[in-house]
Amino acid sequence: MTPLAQLLEAALFSACRPLTVEELSTLDQEATLTDVRVALEQIREHFDFEQHGVELLELAGGYQILTRPVHAAAIERAHFSVRTPKLTAAALETLAVIAYRQPVGRAEIEEIRGVSAGGVLRSLQERGLIEVVGRSEALGRPLLYGTAAMFLELLGLRDLADLPQAEELTIALHSHRATAEGDDDAAAYVEAES
Amino acid sequence: MTAPEAPTTALGAGPGFVVQFDAFSGPLDLLLHLLREEQLEIADIPIARIADQFLHAIHELGLNQAADYLDMASRLVRLKAQMLLPRRSEEDGWEDPRAELVRRLLEYQQIREIAIWLGRSAERRAEQYARGYLPPPPELPPPPLTLDLLDMLQAVDRVIAGIPSPVLHRVVARPLDVESATRRIEQLLEQRDQFGWLDALGPRPTIVDVLSTLLALLELAKRGTLRLVQSAAFAPMVIARDPARPAA
Repeated sequence: MTPLAQLLEAALFSACRPLTVEELSTLDQEATLTDVRVALEQIREHFDFEQHGVELLELAGGYQILTRPVHAAAIERAHFSVRTPKLTAAALETLAVIAYRQPVGRAEIEEIRGVSAGGVLRSLQERGLIEVVGRSEALGRPLLYGTAAMFLELLGLRDLADLPQAEELTIALHSHRATAEGDDDAAAYVEAES
Repeated sequence: MTAPEAPTTALGAGPGFVVQFDAFSGPLDLLLHLLREEQLEIADIPIARIADQFLHAIHELGLNQAADYLDMASRLVRLKAQMLLPRRSEEDGWEDPRAELVRRLLEYQQIREIAIWLGRSAERRAEQYARGYLPPPPELPPPPLTLDLLDMLQAVDRVIAGIPSPVLHRVVARPLDVESATRRIEQLLEQRDQFGWLDALGPRPTIVDVLSTLLALLELAKRGTLRLVQSAAFAPMVIARDPARPAA
């Protein structure tokens, strides 16, 4: 491994959050962004080739060293680390609406889910998964919500583009069709669910 | 939940109809569930039937949850009424009143699908640990007490509240054998002019013997058969034959 790769490995090891290429490039005045990317690739290959218990992952716009999934059960049993608690169905649905419709107000979230959303929004905000990104021009200037960096970290996504695209979903996004085409989609969804 | 079997949603199923409301994340979820159960298509919902089933289902609800469900219930009832209105001809540009509901259901299904995808991603990510986990801090000795009067009074209240109410015992009557105690004392009186309390008790007395003897003595003293004498307070009791009655 090159000296730069060693330096980056040390930095990534010390950090408890994903570090971006830009952040990592501040470690060495000489290093360009390309140098950093090449060095990161070297670290990743090193971990994989030598079959390390950790791997380098691209996450929430940055890079982070994480343990491999195969060791999760043993680490958890020994209480060396704690598994992140699961999100509730209400929290996941609310996150889904916000992720695809952001910036989005509370009224729209409640309209789509058919239930009041105050409590869920508050707890998602407390966990740092969503944040207020502005105010609507509508009456009362309600708050608009968007996903925060922690959202990508929690789901292990590189960026929002990692979310499934319309064509990957059984029912196309923003589809307001209620005709024959929608029928087939709905039927497919029903089968997948049951 | 009374029965483990899958909830039946047949109309008028009566008390056998059970829906676990915690399992639904809202009225749209419940509606989708009802449609799935009956294998009905979203685009052609038999509104009258589904509205009745929905109303039936929310009867099981507590009031706290009810608001979100009641809104949907009222929409369904209105739709049911609209569907009953006579239509002119199909070409008249008749707009299906169910269209809005269908759109919302499809939209919600889509959100559900994404939510499931998000849940799976989060679960996969939870299998991988990063640095930065802090174990719970070691237990420190408690800080010195700082109390004001109010804290103190509240603490006293808590302690008093913790005192259990007095336990009431059931008293079981034990049979006292006053007759044989009386006989024993009368025998002693025939032999001696006076004797001590312990003599009257007999060998190895039980609590029942003590009580029986005491009652017998008091009864005999009342009848005038004997006299009970104590030379001082707490002094041993001396039982003497009443001088008015000579030995038999």
